Amino acid sequence: MKQVFINSVGSISAQKTFDNNAFLNDVVDYEDHVISVIDPNYKDYIPPAAARRMAKGIKMGVVASKIALQDAGLENVDAIITGTGMGCVRDSEKFVSAIIDNDEQYLTPTSFIQSTHNTVGGQIALELQCKGYNFTYVHASNSFESALLDAKLQLENDEERNILIGGVDELGDHTVAIHKLINHVKPEAVKSSNLLESNSVGAVFSEGANFFVLSNEKEASTYAKVAAVKLFNTLPKSDVALTAVEFLAENNLEVADVDILILGCNGDIEFDGYYSELQSETFKNTQQIYYKHLCGEFNTASSFGFWLASKILKLQSIPEVVKLNNLKNSSFKTILLYNQYRGENHSFTLLKQC
Amino acid sequence: MDALKQELKENIIEQLNLEDMSPNDIANDDMLFGDGLGLDSIDALELIVMLDKSYGIKLTDPKEGRAIFESIDTMAAYITEHRTK
Repeated sequence: MKQVFINSVGSISAQKTFDNNAFLNDVVDYEDHVISVIDPNYKDYIPPAAARRMAKGIKMGVVASKIALQDAGLENVDAIITGTGMGCVRDSEKFVSAIIDNDEQYLTPTSFIQSTHNTVGGQIALELQCKGYNFTYVHASNSFESALLDAKLQLENDEERNILIGGVDELGDHTVAIHKLINHVKPEAVKSSNLLESNSVGAVFSEGANFFVLSNEKEASTYAKVAAVKLFNTLPKSDVALTAVEFLAENNLEVADVDILILGCNGDIEFDGYYSELQSETFKNTQQIYYKHLCGEFNTASSFGFWLASKILKLQSIPEVVKLNNLKNSSFKTILLYNQYRGENHSFTLLKQC
Repeated sequence: MDALKQELKENIIEQLNLEDMSPNDIANDDMLFGDGLGLDSIDALELIVMLDKSYGIKLTDPKEGRAIFESIDTMAAYITEHRTK
């Protein structure tokens, strides 16, 4: 079986991550309950004729993928695998609103065409003229990891050589309003730097696109190696620590072999207890990192954690702003990521330096 | 007629998301499709819906659109003659 390498990254998030030469140098500390991405100049990447029909999520996905391809020094890839929890919600909202507002009359095609979950993957393929395997996983907060798993299996079996994978989700006004009604969005504005002390239900909602070129060939640009990924739709809180240990054992590792634990805690007092299971006991002697105070919560926010882990392993440095405890390592070889959202769709991802 | 032409230009820019374009950039006799504004078949569908919604004109034969949507001048002339609202 071949190994799987992360050969490039491209990120658009609530921080200025679209510039691959920087690594969280200037962090924006928000005070809100919904935060948007910092936009690159989309016109630098997408021709105006194509951009005029693209909603935000499509633009983010297309540009993040182009940044990833540039970073890998590639013109094209063999396959494109996208993960998205909500798909193109803005066009979906626009289309459905038009049906209601116009009494099912005067329906225009553009928002309907662009509203499907696989629009981002399709538009990336059109931009690249990539006629290879193109698949979109829609699996709530495991959408990105599903794309990662698919790519990993194909690369290990040498079915493809370079695969573009990514996670993308956009904010939609109506969708956010609904999530506010059911208390999935924090009721109060929360300062990013105080997210874990917010002591309230819900999360700070956001959006973003994080894309990566995975390959079974190591290149000069390589960031890290994907050692393993495992997904669980349901996992009782009491089983999280044992499952993490078993996951490591399956990969011939022990807790002490993990240099950094990256957690997807989002400040929701109802569900951050899942992370505490790892933080306070099993991995209490491991350096711990979190990231959702920087990028907010969305179904594919874990792809930002994957981006963060990739950068840390390549650059061998950790920005102060993501540190969760005071433990320090001199070098980082192995990173374990754990994420879940509202107690469902858990993922364990293991990355190694190479 | 001039007011209608100005209104059409504003509606086309808004409906078709022609970013970076203002009504002054569209001449009344510019070709809307092909070498002119470069609109395509999806835009044609948007324009058919716009005629129906804004002016009460239902185009039953899509082939009619080819002549009607040639330019702002031809659109304005057709709307003036056939509008029901």
